Amino acid sequence: MAHAAVHDDHHDHHAAPQGFLARWVFATNHKDIGTLYLVFSLLMFFVGGSMAMIIRAELFQPGMQLVEPEFFNEMTTMHALVMIFGAVMPAFVGLGNWMIPLQVGAPDMALPRMNNLSFWILPFAFFMLLSTLFMPGAGPQGGWTLYPPLSMQGGHAVAFAIFAIHLMGISSIMGAINIIATILNMRAPGMDLLKMPIFVWSWLITAFLLIAVMPVLAGAVTMLLTDKYFGTSFFNVAGGGDPVMFQHIFWFFGHPEVYIMILPAFGIVSEIIPTFARKPLFGYQAMIYAIASIAFLSFIVWAHHMFTVGMPLGGELYFMYATMLIAVPTGVKVFNWVTTMWEGSMTFETPMLFALAFVILFTIGGFSGLMLAIVPADFQYHDTYFVVAHFHYVLVTGAVFAIMAGAYYWLPKWCGNMYSERWGKIHFWSSVISVNVLFFPQHFLGLAGMPRRIPDYNVAFADFNMISSIGGFWFGASQLLFVGVIVHAVFFSKNRATQQVWEGARGLEWTVPSPAPHHTFETPPVIDDSMLAHGDVSH
Amino acid sequence: MSHNVAQTKQRDVRGLAKVAGTVVLASFLFGFAMVPLYRIACEHVLGIKLAGDVVAQETVAAMEVDVSRTVAVEFVAGVNSRLPWEFAPEVSRIEVHPGALTEVWFDATNTAGSAIVGNAVPSVAPSSASLYFNKTECFCFTEQKLDAGESRRMPVRFVVDPRLPADVRTLTLSYTFYENEIATRRLAATAHASPSLAQH
Repeated sequence: MAHAAVHDDHHDHHAAPQGFLARWVFATNHKDIGTLYLVFSLLMFFVGGSMAMIIRAELFQPGMQLVEPEFFNEMTTMHALVMIFGAVMPAFVGLGNWMIPLQVGAPDMALPRMNNLSFWILPFAFFMLLSTLFMPGAGPQGGWTLYPPLSMQGGHAVAFAIFAIHLMGISSIMGAINIIATILNMRAPGMDLLKMPIFVWSWLITAFLLIAVMPVLAGAVTMLLTDKYFGTSFFNVAGGGDPVMFQHIFWFFGHPEVYIMILPAFGIVSEIIPTFARKPLFGYQAMIYAIASIAFLSFIVWAHHMFTVGMPLGGELYFMYATMLIAVPTGVKVFNWVTTMWEGSMTFETPMLFALAFVILFTIGGFSGLMLAIVPADFQYHDTYFVVAHFHYVLVTGAVFAIMAGAYYWLPKWCGNMYSERWGKIHFWSSVISVNVLFFPQHFLGLAGMPRRIPDYNVAFADFNMISSIGGFWFGASQLLFVGVIVHAVFFSKNRATQQVWEGARGLEWTVPSPAPHHTFETPPVIDDSMLAHGDVSH
Repeated sequence: MSHNVAQTKQRDVRGLAKVAGTVVLASFLFGFAMVPLYRIACEHVLGIKLAGDVVAQETVAAMEVDVSRTVAVEFVAGVNSRLPWEFAPEVSRIEVHPGALTEVWFDATNTAGSAIVGNAVPSVAPSSASLYFNKTECFCFTEQKLDAGESRRMPVRFVVDPRLPADVRTLTLSYTFYENEIATRRLAATAHASPSLAQH
């Protein structure tokens, strides 16, 4: 029994195999694929970020300065698609690929070849999407939500964007199936479901959301495609269709999607805070139930994105109260993070700083979400910069900060070297200050009535836009520090990481050497309950 | 023994992947099922009439005229930006008794140099009152073909249901005319085809 997997395995166990191309293109090792995902998402983070820089440069002053309005609209549309499907989601899948097998004591992901396919689809999908920028008739300009009839009025770029979205969807679905199969089947003996690290739990629930809603998006964009090219009238009013129906179908996908981008972040932060507070996670089971409740509620609140379409009063009231209900499990999570820190012996290394910033700034984004949930108020906030500020607080200082926290936290395990704590902290403080300079004024712009997705604006909005743009350039430049810290740690750092890396770290991933060998847990580990990240479960 | 464990695991993984694949397929189909579900939810749960279908004369005849109150009905007409038509109601506002059959007229003119087929899409505001607005005859029920420069007077006959809630004092009926691209193309094709047929 102790030699379970050894019989089947004829690989060299320690050296990285094969040549460069064979290793990465034919990769089936979860660590290699995790690395591919993370590198790809970092690249896309900069592609999407450059688009944001163009947007902020144009909005630096009122009037049209740098780009044509059509190009501006392409930038807002592509920035969203690239950041959501290219940066945030692949980063989480990459972290999941790397850490889930290590955290549950599995030798690899359950379906390694599918894992390879789900990664290698992505570069092609984004090549297709980004190539529309260079096509005659330009790229998609109707916003990432692709609302018809506007989105259909573009050229053939719409078809490229739709097929790219299909590919991204297939990639995420395969990634999700792999993660479900790994978590449910590949856990080491003794790693019961309720002993799993919270990051693994958050990914299990996220994976179920993914397989339930990505196909709905695929359906919605397929309908757009047939409306445009094959004469159907799902959303075409002239043929008896209904554009509002697109919004319902889209947001039935879209609302779970926004939780797909935050639940794994909850998981990462729930790993980091106990480590640096040197206390077990407070309310481990409550945290799991909170994630599950948020996931369930995400399916029944979608129409709060479209309060202004002219819904009956009953519908507006229902979606308003159901939306506000989400604040309850989310509040449980925030209180549990705070209680985990309470009377802990805290230290403030870079991952902890990012996790703390996450807790505070995500909560601000959550509160502005509650404001948006109030129907009568939403009629003013709808499609203004208030919405932009809200979802950037939850996505940038939420999801992206958690990803960075996770990257700093696990980087020594991945590459075997400590990153430069000094430059990590400089990156953190530069990011956290600039991101607030960037997004906080946008709340005021929105309340004053500045609409989103416009290249020009009333001079009344000039000052706050200039402040926001300065914050934007500063935040963008700060991320070059992030790349610098990573490159230094991987290739140049002389400071070797220990096996446990962090004094307070608990969990299986810290029982393998740093860097983690190419193959780990070929013999299932023995689970020591007192070494679990969330403490001894028998208590 | 260890081989069996590995094989069982592999079987479990396959089974699980199949279940997950089924969920994916079901979700994809659910996306399309939302098309009829949307209609059902609007018409039977939320009480919004989406389609401006014809209401039988008998249903309307059975309604009693409520002379104790009047409801203002306003008419709005517009054309989609791609359709070179002019389109307007002859009166923009009338007062009617609920239950009384009323007739109003709309005028449309094709200002383009060729024949175009259009379809009008009706909408009633407030949407909660749409259930109580019955049309027995409407140009929106059929395609409208206008030759180059042609004008047409088109009738709408409607009855406001006497059960209309008392707090609704004004109803707005709006029409937007869209070009029916498929029918227009077919029309153009037959127009071109006929002369060549005559030559044979």
